[in-house]
Amino acid sequence: MAAVAEFDSVGLRYGTGAEVLRDLDFRLRFGTFYFLTGPSGAGKTSLLKLLYLAQRPTRGRIKLFGEELSEAPREMLPPFRRRIGVVFQDFRLIRHLSAFDNVALPLRVAGASDEDVEGPVREMLAWVGLADRASARPPTLSGGEQQRVAIARAVINRPELLVADEPTGNVDAEMANRLMGLFTALNRLGTTVIVATHDVGLINATPGAQLIRLENGTLVDPTGTLRNPPRSKSGSS
Amino acid sequence: MLRWFFVSPAERRLLGFARLGGPTPWVIAIMTFSIMLIAATGLALANTAGVLSRAIESRYALEVPGGGANLEVLIAGVRATPGVTSVEAVPESDMRKTLERWLGPAAQSAELPVPALINFDVRPGADLNAIQIRARQIAPGAQLMAHRDSVAPLLNSLDLLQGVALGLVLLLSAAAAAAVVLAARGALDTHRFTIEVMHGIGATDLQVTHLFQRKIAIDALIGSIVGGLAAAAVLLLLAGGAAFAGEFTGGATLSLGDLAILALLPFALTALATWVARTAVLQALRQAL
Repeated sequence: MAAVAEFDSVGLRYGTGAEVLRDLDFRLRFGTFYFLTGPSGAGKTSLLKLLYLAQRPTRGRIKLFGEELSEAPREMLPPFRRRIGVVFQDFRLIRHLSAFDNVALPLRVAGASDEDVEGPVREMLAWVGLADRASARPPTLSGGEQQRVAIARAVINRPELLVADEPTGNVDAEMANRLMGLFTALNRLGTTVIVATHDVGLINATPGAQLIRLENGTLVDPTGTLRNPPRSKSGSS
Repeated sequence: MLRWFFVSPAERRLLGFARLGGPTPWVIAIMTFSIMLIAATGLALANTAGVLSRAIESRYALEVPGGGANLEVLIAGVRATPGVTSVEAVPESDMRKTLERWLGPAAQSAELPVPALINFDVRPGADLNAIQIRARQIAPGAQLMAHRDSVAPLLNSLDLLQGVALGLVLLLSAAAAAAVVLAARGALDTHRFTIEVMHGIGATDLQVTHLFQRKIAIDALIGSIVGGLAAAAVLLLLAGGAAFAGEFTGGATLSLGDLAILALLPFALTALATWVARTAVLQALRQAL
């Protein structure tokens, strides 16, 4: 099966510090659901940054959608970024825009007209339970509501790769299940999903998902073979 | 070409700061006001120099020391020379009146020898040598003088002042451009987060740049129109004095062409500010991934 992402001997360091990621060799296959786990500081967010092209590796090569992008000119990157949906740990919503405008942003950046934006955004807001909060600005939304807006923004343009950093950290269990339901639905439609989480319960509740575990900046299982989710129900790792 | 200027309300909302909230429109207004007044002065000086230059370009004088016993013959001789279009003797009384400014009543003394002066105009290509030879045959001491040589220092000063005006216009335009660069950088800093989010979801540098370019273009347009209107009001107030100066210098004020140039200046400054903003923003965005 073709790979949506291929990491080949990838390393990353910030400035002159030590490497936060070392010798990463793995492939993310199209249409597969992955969980990225590991203790705090293991490098999960850094790995995700490499995946959604917010960071270049300091060594090694990264291929996304079949294209070598680790040293690609920056002008080449926007079309690839449009194929990736990202749910940030800190939501990254634009404070002075309404929930509607925040969710509509990827469609507008892709060149959709106002008429083409209206329906899908309303539908998406309704799906995440925020139909009546469309005109609210992020500072007036609760943490959970902001997270749902961030998720709606990440999936509004049906990305080929969905990257989520602790997407259920601020929502209740029912909403977490609904959001994971959305992710798995997108996955069934062909989207490759990678979710960084500490939540073992979430992993256990998603059968068929593969597990990538990071420790101290390296993959615990460098072969990247299919793993069984842990059966533990004891919260974070 | 101007699609970036006409964007949907949603795109306008992306940069949420209030119009006229920053100093940019006011800086541009002051710059436009100053540039227009300086440019108007420069153009009026150019016109004055042009009028003066044209008026004396073909004018010459024959000076006959000790007065002209053969003045009528000399006038007739000059008039008969090919290429001479008009001849006019300056009356002795006028000469003495002129001298009175420096000599006082002594200028009227019969003992003061006053040279005779004959002004004449020639067609282009007229043989001035032939005129001088002919004049010297009639009045041996006659000296031919070009009027433009007499007023050369004044014309040089006017040229210099025009150069100064042009230099000031360029300097002020550069200062306005520098102010726009600072404004663009400030706006980028203020909206760094929005830019990061937009880049993250696949916006190109050009898409981001257009937002800032549009904002600064609007600020610059408002500022330059305000500054331009203020300058126009001052120029209208000065119009009476300019008309007087026009009579004094032979009609040199501002032509329709000059007024058109002045009217275009605010828009030229807006275009400059927009281009500078675009360049500054694009350059700054290239620093990020």
